[in-house]
Order: sequence, then C-alpha cells, then structure tokens
Amino acid sequence: MENILAKVLPQEGGLEGTTSGAYNAVIGLFGLLTLVGVAFGIHAMVVGHEHAYGVTREVPWGLMLAAYVFFVVTSTGLCLVSSIGHVFGYEAFKPIAKRSVFLAISTIVAGFVVIAFEIENPWRMAIYNVISPNVTSNIWWMGTLYGAYLFFMLIEFALLQMGNHKTAGILGLLGVVAGVAAHSNLGAVFGLLSGREFWHGPYMPIYFITSAMMSGCAAVIFFHWLAYKINGWKMSDELVHSLQAVAKLGALLYVIIMFFTTWKMITGISGHPPGKYEAMMALISGPWAKNFWIGEVAMGLVIPFVIILAVRAKNITAMAIGSAASIAGIFFMRYDLVVVGQIVPGFHELNVVDMPHLFNYSPTLSEYMVTLAGFAFCGALFMLGERMFRGHLSEDH
Amino acid sequence: MNIKELEKLQSEELDNVSSEERRTFLKAGLAVTGLFMGGTVLSLTSARNAGAVLGREPVEKKYPYSPHYSMVLVQNRCVDCQRCMDACVKTNHVPEYGYRTTILERYKITGPAETERIFMPVLCNHCNRPPCVRVCPTRATYKDKKTGIVMMNYKKCIGCKTCMAACPYNARYFNEEIRAIDKCNFCFDTKLKESGGKTTACVEACPANVRIFGDLSDTGGEVYGLIHQPDKVVWVLRPETGALPNVYYMND
Repeated sequence: MENILAKVLPQEGGLEGTTSGAYNAVIGLFGLLTLVGVAFGIHAMVVGHEHAYGVTREVPWGLMLAAYVFFVVTSTGLCLVSSIGHVFGYEAFKPIAKRSVFLAISTIVAGFVVIAFEIENPWRMAIYNVISPNVTSNIWWMGTLYGAYLFFMLIEFALLQMGNHKTAGILGLLGVVAGVAAHSNLGAVFGLLSGREFWHGPYMPIYFITSAMMSGCAAVIFFHWLAYKINGWKMSDELVHSLQAVAKLGALLYVIIMFFTTWKMITGISGHPPGKYEAMMALISGPWAKNFWIGEVAMGLVIPFVIILAVRAKNITAMAIGSAASIAGIFFMRYDLVVVGQIVPGFHELNVVDMPHLFNYSPTLSEYMVTLAGFAFCGALFMLGERMFRGHLSEDH
Repeated sequence: MNIKELEKLQSEELDNVSSEERRTFLKAGLAVTGLFMGGTVLSLTSARNAGAVLGREPVEKKYPYSPHYSMVLVQNRCVDCQRCMDACVKTNHVPEYGYRTTILERYKITGPAETERIFMPVLCNHCNRPPCVRVCPTRATYKDKKTGIVMMNYKKCIGCKTCMAACPYNARYFNEEIRAIDKCNFCFDTKLKESGGKTTACVEACPANVRIFGDLSDTGGEVYGLIHQPDKVVWVLRPETGALPNVYYMND
C-alpha cells in the first residue's frame, strides 16, 4: 500500500504549492463548511426530510437534486474533455489531463455527498441496488454506472500518476464509456417520464451529454486558471495552447447548446402543447424568467461565448472569468431543468379549485447548507489536490 | 314495400307518437352512440377486451389479473363529505401531512357567469403499465402478480422519490414514520384482507355509493357491468401517458 501511495503521490518535481496561511485558511473554511452542511444533512435524515427540506409531494425534487445533477454533469464533462487528449491522442489536449481527471473525481464525490442527503435512505441503496435490481429503472443504471465510472476514474488517475499512460488510456476509455452511459441515463431519468411533458422525449439524454461537454470546457479553463493564480505559478506555453484549444471547443459547444435551447423553447410553445407550454412560459415570462434569461442565457451561454470570441480564444484570464460565469449559469440550468419539470400540476387541465397554475418550491436553509457543503468539499479537494499532486504536471509537459 | 310505395304513404305526424315510443327510439340512438364512444374511450384504458367488442385488434381474451382489482367512481354522486378520506387515514395510519386518497373540487363552466361544482375522488390508479414501477431502482414498488395492485415493499425503498415524479396522478407521498413511500394499496393488508377481498375502507365509508370496488375480470361482477354499459361514457384520467389505469370514472 505504501509503495503504491509513494508512486501515486509525487515526492519531488512538479510545482511547489504555496504554503501561505491564507491558502490553508481557505481549505480550513471549506472543510468547516463541509462539516456544517453534513451536520444539516444528518439532522434532516434524523428528523425526516418532510420537516427539514422544502420539497413537497408535488415537487419532490429540489435544490439538492439539481446540485447533484450539476456535479455529475461537470464530472462527466471533465472526463470527456480530458479524454480527447490522453485517451484519443490529440496532443493539444494532453497537458490538461491530470488535473481534469482529478477534478472529475472531486466533482462526482461532491455530487455523491449531496445526493446522500437528498435520498431519504441511502444505506438501503447500497443493499437493494445489489440484491434487488430493477433493470428497467434509469436510476438503477445511473447509480450503478456512476459507481463503475468513479472506480475507473480512480484507477485511471492512479495510473496517470504512476506514469503508466497506456493502461491509463484504457481505463480512461472505460471511464468515458461508463460516464456517457451513466450520464445519458441521468437524462433518461427525466426524459422517460411520460407524465411530465416538460421532460418527456429524446431531448434530455442528448442534451445532458452535450451540455456536459460544455460544462467540462468551462470547468477545465476556470480551474486551471485558478490553480495557477492561487499558487502563483506561471503556465507553460503548452498549457496555454491547450486551454486555448479547450476554449475553441467550448465556443462550439456554447453554440450547440444555444441552438438546442432555441428549438426546445420553440417546440415547447408552438401549438401550445399542454403541460409543456405552461412550463416554457414560466421560464420565458413567468416566475422563472430571471433564472432563465439572466442565469441560463446570459451567464451560462452568451457572456462566456462572447468573451471567447472577443479575445479570439487567447486571453486565459478573460476566458476564466467567462467560464466562472458559465459555471454559475449552468447551475441555474440544472436547477431550472429539475424544478420547472415538476411545477405544472398533473391535473392542470381539470379546473381544480385551489390548485395553483404552477406549484411553488423554495429551498430551506438545510437544503442550501447541504448544497454549499458539496461546493465547499469540492473546493477543498481541489486545493488539497494542487498541493499533494504538485500542480498535476505531466512529466512530458 | 319499396321506396316508391313508401313515398306515397301519409305522414303519421310526430304529435301522434307516444312519449313512450319516442323514449325507446332515443334510447336506441343513445345506445348506439354510447357503444362507439364508450368503446373508443375504453380502448385507451386497461380494459383491453372492451376494444375487442368493436373488433379493433387482436387482444387478450382475459384481464391480466385474477382477481383484477379495480374501482369505478361515479363522480356526480360525490358530495365531498370526505368520509372516505377519514376512513383511509384511520385504517392505513396515514400521517397528517400525507394522503392516499383525496377529493379534488373542480368547477365546470355551465354558462356565462355560471359554474357547477364537481367533486372528483382520486387515488392510485393501479395502472397496468405503472410508470412508478418501471422507475423504481430497487423494486420497492411492484405490481402484485395475482391482483394487479401496485404495492410497496417498504424496507426496500431508498427514498429517491423517482416514483413520485413518475406518477401522473400524484398518488404517492413519502411517509417519514415508516421511512418509505406510501400509497393506496386497495387496503391490501387492512380492510381488503379483513373483508376477504370484498371491499376497501373508502368504499365501505362512502354513504353515497360513489366508489364501487371489485374484480374487473369477473364478467358477472358489478365493476365489469358498470364499465361495459353500452349507453355510458366511461373515462380514465390522463390516458395519454399510456399507463393503462384501473380506476374508472363515470356519471350516473
């Protein structure tokens, strides 16, 4: 065990991380926030979600499920974008591999932390997912495949650290396959529900994979920039070129998602399809319009895209700011996707007295704190990773 | 008598037709219309052999379950007294924040500035193709092979709430006391068991005979008879989801 650890953890070379007090304090703060969030989660588990969370019978999925989706989308995206280099052999993408794989692991673990408190009885999942599987359930496939995905990614990361790039590539490919399968199943969790018109159809699995790639590009750029910024390192020319290549791919993906979103909205309102129309209008001009136009459209898509164009995919700092806006906007995308799918009452056409036109959902403090714990934990892992793995440098770069 | 001879006949005038005769004629017309309308509606439901009456497609000759438990709700008999809800809560230990069955109050516009109240009881539809059962990762919710009741195995429920999102009828809630999803099971472990498979708590409590419970596969039974009446329109909720519900609605 010690031998393996010695091989995985670089003892010398690479980049010396900062030892500043502020860096340590931030890690400490993230650790503390994680613990506080976990405490809120455990409290909710004990008293029952009914009494701690804002989710209801009508809107059973809220902020925490959206956060889970956000983390696993980002993880899948990081895995896919990094695989272009170290699995599929494109030189320009190779320098980002190690950090991206590490972040893919950090984000999915953060997602698991949040979902553990979103599910009422997570311990039963560990037992009955194995001894009582339902192969028609997308949730079952997603859980199982994400388990496999995490396993492959961990081994891949260890192999990358040990310099065994060939085997790491094979594990990376397995990770990509498991990740794509898992992630499209997550889309299908929503897309296959025929009673929920906003989600129902082939769009969800396709959109999930494409937007994962987009999220991956934003995360790669932002976290590489941040890692070098907070440690006071200087990027090598190879890394700068690599991030510029990622930005170009990102620009393409922003356009694809804009195109997808445009047609999604048009098909949702043209002809007023029952159930779907009400949800679309909630986003376009209803109570969800701010989230949609400011969060999803402006921050998530337009601002980062325009910045990449404006700096001709060259200025890393400018694009990192755009990526940060995008990551925040993507969180709104996930939140809107999850909640708006449930706000139209199933009996909305039956003129039920006292039934609102749209259901309401607002998260409670517990939900905010558990979600924050996911982010804090992910941040702590990121900062510790920089120090432990000495800047995630590849020996050939 | 051919058509030319018929034309020469004198009109009998409608005034001479007795009201009894007129009623018989109207009934025949309604029966024909009802047969086709009813048949069309039923083809969207799980009563598949109702379609066979019209020769629509090769269908199973039998209902898939025996007894194939089903409920008919005669909507316009309901006065919203809520005794069914109370009986359900008591019998099945439903907590105050949840319900297995409820009554929705609807309005129907019957003229300018005029509305009519309609009370519509709702419960789990025990669908033949239940979306909740498909999505459950651990088979905690399942279709009982014998009766077709959509059941819960509480100890397997992980609380992911996907079944709640999947149900088109909002028939499920999370019961914190048992730490699992809870839902109507036609009183399988309570009243149905006590009554030897005859009735449920809500049916027994209803003073207006709104809810009629029984075995749909029993061609001599009340439920079968009610939904196969040629002159009655029978409907189900949200047929477009393809869930094939086993709870039917009609008016007197």
